[in-house]
Amino acid sequence: MKLTTTGLFCCAITAMIFISGCATTQQRLLDSDSSQVQIRSIQSRAFDTTAREKTLRTVIATLQDLGFVIDEADLMLGTVTATKLNRYALRITVSIRPRGETQTLVRANCQYEDKPVYDPSPYQQFFTSLGKAMFLAAHQVD
Amino acid sequence: MKKVFSLLLLLTFLLTGCQTGIPKEALELTPQSLEMRQFQTRYFDTDSEQTLLVSSAGLLQDLGFNIDESETELGFILGTKERGAIRAAQVTGAVVVALLGGGIMAIDKTQKMRACIVTHPYGESKDKIAVRVTFQRIVWNTQGQITTRECIDNPEVYQEFFTKLSKAVFLEANQI
Repeated sequence: MKLTTTGLFCCAITAMIFISGCATTQQRLLDSDSSQVQIRSIQSRAFDTTAREKTLRTVIATLQDLGFVIDEADLMLGTVTATKLNRYALRITVSIRPRGETQTLVRANCQYEDKPVYDPSPYQQFFTSLGKAMFLAAHQVD
Repeated sequence: MKKVFSLLLLLTFLLTGCQTGIPKEALELTPQSLEMRQFQTRYFDTDSEQTLLVSSAGLLQDLGFNIDESETELGFILGTKERGAIRAAQVTGAVVVALLGGGIMAIDKTQKMRACIVTHPYGESKDKIAVRVTFQRIVWNTQGQITTRECIDNPEVYQEFFTKLSKAVFLEANQI
């Protein structure tokens, strides 16, 4: 079969739809394709402690163990942002806030190169490492 | 038909190329993690975290870093500096390539170096302060592309840093 101009044109259009179908600026800006509830559940764990400063210091130490350099830290806001450079660039923000009377909720969100990380396993690994450093178990929250 | 097929194949490559995700070990502790922690950390016999932080900030300035961020209540300072990244061997290579008619080859030009210092009280009675420093660098070539992104894992770098930190602590204590 000889490839016609129309055929090529259709191919080009399909390719454009596929590629541009990746996202509009609005979708990229607001990551609209993701579910808020699901993301929170993947990215959050509860720990049985109320020690705010100690938790943040342990988060910082764990990130350093994982090869990150700390970019920002704020005790009042309860956030730490860090970057790992290992041929790739991985950026993480960890935030903590009280959960009930006895727990602290730790949440982490990652960006690998120029993409968000939604895969649960890296988060699971992070919380396992953090739990070891805190001598506490990481509880899944709903 | 063949053309359509190869076009589709190319498209598949492009699209799957999009999906190379985060490496599995990116957030996992490895045996190297502990080793790195050891040579990146030193313990100081003092109970004043503040004094150590002030000395560390002074040292970063000695080393030509600018302080970008700090949160003293969490014992954290980040310093960065920009320096040249031109290497003689690479320049020689580029000159040889140009002479052979291979055109202009991009070579490493500038680098951003980051130093992060974290202190934390240590020991049963918190009578020691641990200081951990980590370095990273990003290198750009003459075309403005990033060529290297790495953490610095040469123990000698850390050894020299801590020798200088001990000196800085001494200088601060004697107000020099």
